[in-house]
Amino acid sequence: MSETSLRLVWVYPDLLSTYGDQGNALVVERRAQQRHIPVSRIDVRSDQAVPTSGDIYLIGGGEDRPQRLAAERLRRDGGLNRAVANGAIVFSVCAGYQILGTEFVNDLGRPEPGLGILDVRSIRNDGPRHVGDILADVDERLGLPPLTGFENHQGNTVIGPSARPLARLRYGNGNGTGDGTEGAWSDTVFGTYAHGPVMARNPLFADMLLKLALDVHALPPVDEQWYEALRAERIAAATQQPA
Amino acid sequence: MAGNSGPLSPRAKLAVTAGKAAAAVSRAAGRGSGSVIGGKVALKLDPDLLARLATHLDVVLVSATNGKTTTTRLIAEALRASGQVVSNALGANMPAGITSALAGGSEARYGVIEVDEKYLAGVARDVTPKAIALLNLSRDQLDRAAETRMLAERWREGLSGTDAVVVANADDPLVAWAASSCPTVVWVAAGQEWKDDAWSCPSCGGVLQRPGDDWYCGDCGFRRPPPTWALSGDYVVAPDGVAWPIQLQLPGRANKANAATSAAVAAVFGVAPKVALERMYAVQAVAGRYDVVPYQGRDLRLLLAKNPAGWLETFSLIDGPPAPVLLSVNARGADGTDTSWLWDVDYTRLAGHPIFVIGDRKLDLAVRLEVAGLDFRVCADVDEAVRSAPPGRIEVIANYTAFQDLRRAVGN
Ligand SMILES: [Zn+2]
Repeated sequence: MSETSLRLVWVYPDLLSTYGDQGNALVVERRAQQRHIPVSRIDVRSDQAVPTSGDIYLIGGGEDRPQRLAAERLRRDGGLNRAVANGAIVFSVCAGYQILGTEFVNDLGRPEPGLGILDVRSIRNDGPRHVGDILADVDERLGLPPLTGFENHQGNTVIGPSARPLARLRYGNGNGTGDGTEGAWSDTVFGTYAHGPVMARNPLFADMLLKLALDVHALPPVDEQWYEALRAERIAAATQQPA
Repeated sequence: MAGNSGPLSPRAKLAVTAGKAAAAVSRAAGRGSGSVIGGKVALKLDPDLLARLATHLDVVLVSATNGKTTTTRLIAEALRASGQVVSNALGANMPAGITSALAGGSEARYGVIEVDEKYLAGVARDVTPKAIALLNLSRDQLDRAAETRMLAERWREGLSGTDAVVVANADDPLVAWAASSCPTVVWVAAGQEWKDDAWSCPSCGGVLQRPGDDWYCGDCGFRRPPPTWALSGDYVVAPDGVAWPIQLQLPGRANKANAATSAAVAAVFGVAPKVALERMYAVQAVAGRYDVVPYQGRDLRLLLAKNPAGWLETFSLIDGPPAPVLLSVNARGADGTDTSWLWDVDYTRLAGHPIFVIGDRKLDLAVRLEVAGLDFRVCADVDEAVRSAPPGRIEVIANYTAFQDLRRAVGN
């Protein structure tokens, strides 16, 4: 964190903001403000340089063509890679998650190099699109309650040796490879197929990013009433939908 | 079927009759107007029926993500100045519903037809329209994975050789790109508040520059086409430079834009702006939208908003604070089951309004409003919300099936 405020960078909303991705930025911002943590949010368009001095970077979901354009521009820019090398925190969703990996299949059906920030590799599944509520138990090292989210994607992601699954599925397709995993993480870089947006249903993920950025172990409590009610409803919905 | 008896073959006549019988059965069974079922039966018996039914009509097609039902109604009113009109006024906008509507219009001169975005190219091929109005394209029903740009591409390919006069919104880059392959385009500066589906150049993927009302791509040079018609505040400016006041009963900027486009379409058929606009003023509500309904001693204004662009336009037309606002959101099949779009809507625009929340997905909305820092109250149903609301007309904003639920609940 810089001396004056926590810098929250939202990467490429012009390309990767199809599934309410702004929600994750809004939840992180809100929960910081409720703790009187000054936040400055920086929205970076794909014709602008990604700042390297951010604390938390968010990168969201998008359609296939914008995903390729985003990967091309992020590789050329190099800012996100430099930020991660400096220890920045990155939270990515869906298309953004695939871009952080080593490779994904682009809209032209060809392998597209990712940023190599997270050891995952993605292909397009030939079956039906994965759409619906998911529920998964988060890696116990992260100490978080179950992950609830809504997935809406056509990707299959394989996790390499230097990353770990973010969560183990109870319901849903997640990484889609049949190994029961959802998302991936290593160190300060996180990826998930859950939107919803995910922070609205899992506000403790937002708190985890804040704690990492501030290097603290606890944050003052905030009113969780509506988050808890939504979580309970969506967890019930995930368990009731056809498997 | 007098007017159709010439061009219709025996098989087509049978198809129309069978369709009407099926519709009557459907009505009797309590399944709504029956128009879609009737149309499906008829199209199955005669797949060319739609084309045949349209041969004696001057057809206008209207398509968009938002505003197509209202614009269809406004154009229909305007064209009635010069002849009888048949229209799918109830919004049954896929081929079966369109077929059914046209089958009821044997005496008509004009067919004014709302078409679902996904079916536009096909219907345009079938009915050889004289004019096509293209209003806007933006994200809608995300779980169906109909990418907005893909829709624009389908329009662009499907309409590239059309003989129709295409009346298109120059302020929507996706619409402009879709229409720019058409031989004859009348560009209307109709505006669009929602911009978040068009930051990328639809042609080359470059980043669009959007200074003021203008837009252009710095990479490939694709830019806003110069409009000949323009919405300017409360006026529509015709190609001759004359500004005509728009005095609709329908509220909001978006409806003024719909009226401007409708005036441009009417002009294609020789109906002057003054005549066209005056006829549009008679429209009060469209399929229940904008209706003010008395309920439990209160006035409720029913507003439909199906997607982020629609919510944005709706926020700009509601009464200011302290008018109470009732929000209802569902996520059933017809709405799209993905509610993530709630986070694309800027609910801080409702600051200062007493807010009441109902609907299947009221908890999603509650978290959304909590994160926006707004005060709100979650209610069990519309009755509790109406009872709790402070005085004043209640502005009710709902997405698709929530809107239908509300109409039923308040007896509209
Ligand atoms: Zn371009």
